[in-house]
Amino acid sequence: MAGIITVDDILTKYKGRPDALIDILHEIQDVQGFLSDTSIIKVAEALDLPASKVYGVATFYSLFTVKPRGRNVIRICESAPCHVLGATAIINALEKELGIKMGETTGDGKFTLEYTSCIGVCGVAPAIMINEVVYGNLTPDKIPHILSEYR
Amino acid sequence: MVTLTIDGRKVQVEKGTTILDAAKRIGIDIPTLCYHPDLEARAVCRVCVVEIEGQKLLQPACAYPVSEGMVVRTNTQAVRQARRMAVELLLAKHPQDCLQCIRNQNCELQALAERLGIREVRFERRLRGLPEDHSTPSIVREPDKCILCRRCVETCQNVQGVGVLFPAGRGADTVVTPVFGNDLADVSCALCGQCILACPVGAISERDDTERVWEALADPSKHVVVQTAPAIRATIGEEMGMEPGTLVTGKLVAALRRLGFDKVMDTDFTADLTIIEEGNELLERIKEGGVLPMITSCSPGWIKFGEHYYPDLLPHISTCKSPQQMFGALVKTYYAQKAGIDPANIFSVSLMPCTAKKFEAERPEMRSSGYQDVDAVLTSRELGRMLREAGIRFDDLPEEEHDDPMGISTGAGAIFGATGGVMEAALRTVYEVATGSELGDLEFEQVRGLDGIKEAEVNLNGLTVRVAVAHGLGNAKKILEMLRAGKANYHFIEIMCCPGGCVGGGGQPIPSTMEIKGKRGRALYLADRNMPYRKSHENPAIKQIYAEFLEKPLGERSHQLLHTHYTSRSKY
Ligand code: SF4
Ligand code: SF4
Ligand code: SF4
Ligand code: FES
Repeated sequence: MAGIITVDDILTKYKGRPDALIDILHEIQDVQGFLSDTSIIKVAEALDLPASKVYGVATFYSLFTVKPRGRNVIRICESAPCHVLGATAIINALEKELGIKMGETTGDGKFTLEYTSCIGVCGVAPAIMINEVVYGNLTPDKIPHILSEYR
Repeated sequence: MVTLTIDGRKVQVEKGTTILDAAKRIGIDIPTLCYHPDLEARAVCRVCVVEIEGQKLLQPACAYPVSEGMVVRTNTQAVRQARRMAVELLLAKHPQDCLQCIRNQNCELQALAERLGIREVRFERRLRGLPEDHSTPSIVREPDKCILCRRCVETCQNVQGVGVLFPAGRGADTVVTPVFGNDLADVSCALCGQCILACPVGAISERDDTERVWEALADPSKHVVVQTAPAIRATIGEEMGMEPGTLVTGKLVAALRRLGFDKVMDTDFTADLTIIEEGNELLERIKEGGVLPMITSCSPGWIKFGEHYYPDLLPHISTCKSPQQMFGALVKTYYAQKAGIDPANIFSVSLMPCTAKKFEAERPEMRSSGYQDVDAVLTSRELGRMLREAGIRFDDLPEEEHDDPMGISTGAGAIFGATGGVMEAALRTVYEVATGSELGDLEFEQVRGLDGIKEAEVNLNGLTVRVAVAHGLGNAKKILEMLRAGKANYHFIEIMCCPGGCVGGGGQPIPSTMEIKGKRGRALYLADRNMPYRKSHENPAIKQIYAEFLEKPLGERSHQLLHTHYTSRSKY
C-alpha cells in the first residue's frame, strides 16, 4: 500500500504553481470527495492566491463541489438536448425517490443529486451519470430500478 | 497612428486605442456600464456594443482596439436594440428600488436606463433575494443590486492587492462575494471602501451614520464637536456640485455651523501634532537603534491590512494614533477641561474621506479619554446628504474660520490628504528639529504626484535619511515584500491605503477617477502655499497644547492619549 494521499501531499507536489489550480482541485476532490473549507484555505495558502478566488473557481466548475457528498453521486445533464427530451421529469422522479432536492445529499449519506454540464451522450438523452456509469434513454419509471442497484 | 471611420467620420488615433476612446475624440459618447477608466476592461456587460463592417457579431467598444481602415457604426438599429436588451436583462434581475437607494441619482444603471429610454422590461422579473451584509462598521453589501460588472473584484484584487471579493458560482447563480459566501467582517478586508468607488450601482456602499449625527445635533444635552479631515476641504465642494479640486475650507466651516455643530475644529491641527510626535519617534528610533524603517500609521485601512497580511512587520509601524484618533482623545480631555464641559456630554463627530475610519473609531484601543473618543464618523458623501437635506446652498456660504483651541493648523497639516503629504510634512519638521537650521526649500517635489512608489533622500547633518512613499495597497505590498526580504533600505516609509491618498478615500465623492484625484490633490498643495504657517512645529496652537497639557513630545501624557498598539489578525 502506498498509504493515503493527503491534501498536503498534493500541495507539496504543486507548490508555488498557481497555474495548476484546477488540477490541484481535481486531485483533492478525488481523494476527499469534495472541496472542504479547510482544503480551500490550504490551497490558497500554498499557491499564494486569495481564498475568494480559489472558492470562486471551486464553485464555477460543475465537476467540483464544496459540500460533502454521498457515496454515490448522481449527475444530471442540464444541457439543452437532455432538457428538451424530458430531463425535468427525470429530476422529479429522482427527487421523489430519494426524498431530496437537487444539490442535496440523502440523510444516510448514500446519494447526492447534482447538475452537470453536457456529458457527451446527447444521442441517448435524457441521460444521467451515477459515479462513472452513464444511463441513457431514461424515462421516470426506470429510476427506481436503477437506484435499487446502489442501495 | 491608425485611421478609421466612425459613423461616417474619419478619425486618427494612436495604435492600441479602443473604439470607445476613439469615438470620444470626435464627440461620440458610447454608453458603458462595466467599463471604468482606471481598470482593465472586462467587457462583460455588452452595453457598449458597436457594429464593425465585415464582422457578423456586434463588438464591445470598451475593449476592442482600432485598426487601420476600420469602419464602425455606433448608432444603428441593431446596436440600439442590443444595448436595450443588455440593460433589460439586468433590470429583470434588479430590485429597482431607486427611490430608497443610496445611489439614487448617482447610479450608472439608473442613468443608463434613462439614457436608453427603457420604458418596459420584456423579460420575466426574477429577484434573487440574497442576504445583505451589515457585518462591519464601514461597508454595506446588497448583492441583489449587483450587476456582476466585476469592477470591485478588479479593484480589490489588482489595485489594492487584497482579493477579498470574487465571483462564486456560475450562470444565473453567480454572486460576487468573500470566500464561502462569508460576510466582510469574517474575512481579511481592509475596509478601505475602494470597492464602493468602483461600484456603478448601490451594491456596495458606506454604512450611513447620518441619523446618529442628526440625533446628537437635536439633543440639547449634547455638546457636539466636529473635526474636519484635511482632504475634505478639497472634496466637499465637489460633492455639492462644484468642480473637482475646488478648495472650500471656509465654506465647509460655515456649512457645519449652519447644521448646528457647537464647535468646528480641525483634524489638520492633530495632523500637525502627529508630525511632532511621529517626527520625534523617528529621530528617537534612529538615535537609539530602534526598529527601522518606521512606517506611518495614519491610514486605518493600511493598519488593518498590515494586521492581517504583515503581522510580522507591526513593530515597524509608528505607535502614533491617526490624527482622527488624536483629536478624539484630546477633545474629551484637553478641550473638555479648557471649556469646562463634562466629557460625558461631548459627542465627537469626525468628517473623513474614509470608510476604514469608521472601523478605527470603534476599535477597543480608541477609548483613552475613558469614553469612545470619536462617536461618529461621516464620509464626504454622508455630509453631502446632510447638507442637501438641510437645504444649505453651499456656493452661497461665507468663508468662516475653525474654532479654538484645536482649529489652527499649517500647510503641513493640509497636505496630509494627498499621497506623499505626510512624508513632506514630516521632513519639514524633522529637518529643522534634527539640524537646528532653517529649511530653504519647503517643497519636496520627489514625494508629490501620482506615481505608485516615490523615493527621496534628505541630508540631516551628514546622515542621509532615505524615505519612500506608497499609495494604494497594491503598491504598499511591493514595498512591504521588499521589507520582508530585507531589501527595503529606508528610514521612513509613508503608506496610504487609498490610491491618491485620502483625496481618493473610499468615502469620497463618486465618481473618483485617478484624473479627479489628481485635481483634488493639487488643491491641497495650493492650500499649503496659502497658509501663514507651513511647518507643524511653528503652529502656535501646537506650542500651546504642549505648554499647557502635553508637556513634551513622547511624554507621559502623549503615550497615554496619542499613541497606540496593533493587533495581529488572521489572513484567512
Ligand atoms: S442600484 Fe441604481 S438602479 Fe438599482 S435601485 Fe439603486 S439607484 Fe436604482
Ligand atoms: S473594502 Fe477594500 S479590501 Fe475590502 S473588499 Fe472593498 S476593496 Fe477589498
Ligand atoms: S458589487 Fe458593484 S462593482 Fe462589484 S460586481 Fe457588483 S455591481 Fe460590479
Ligand atoms: S462597457 Fe463595454 S462591455 Fe461593458
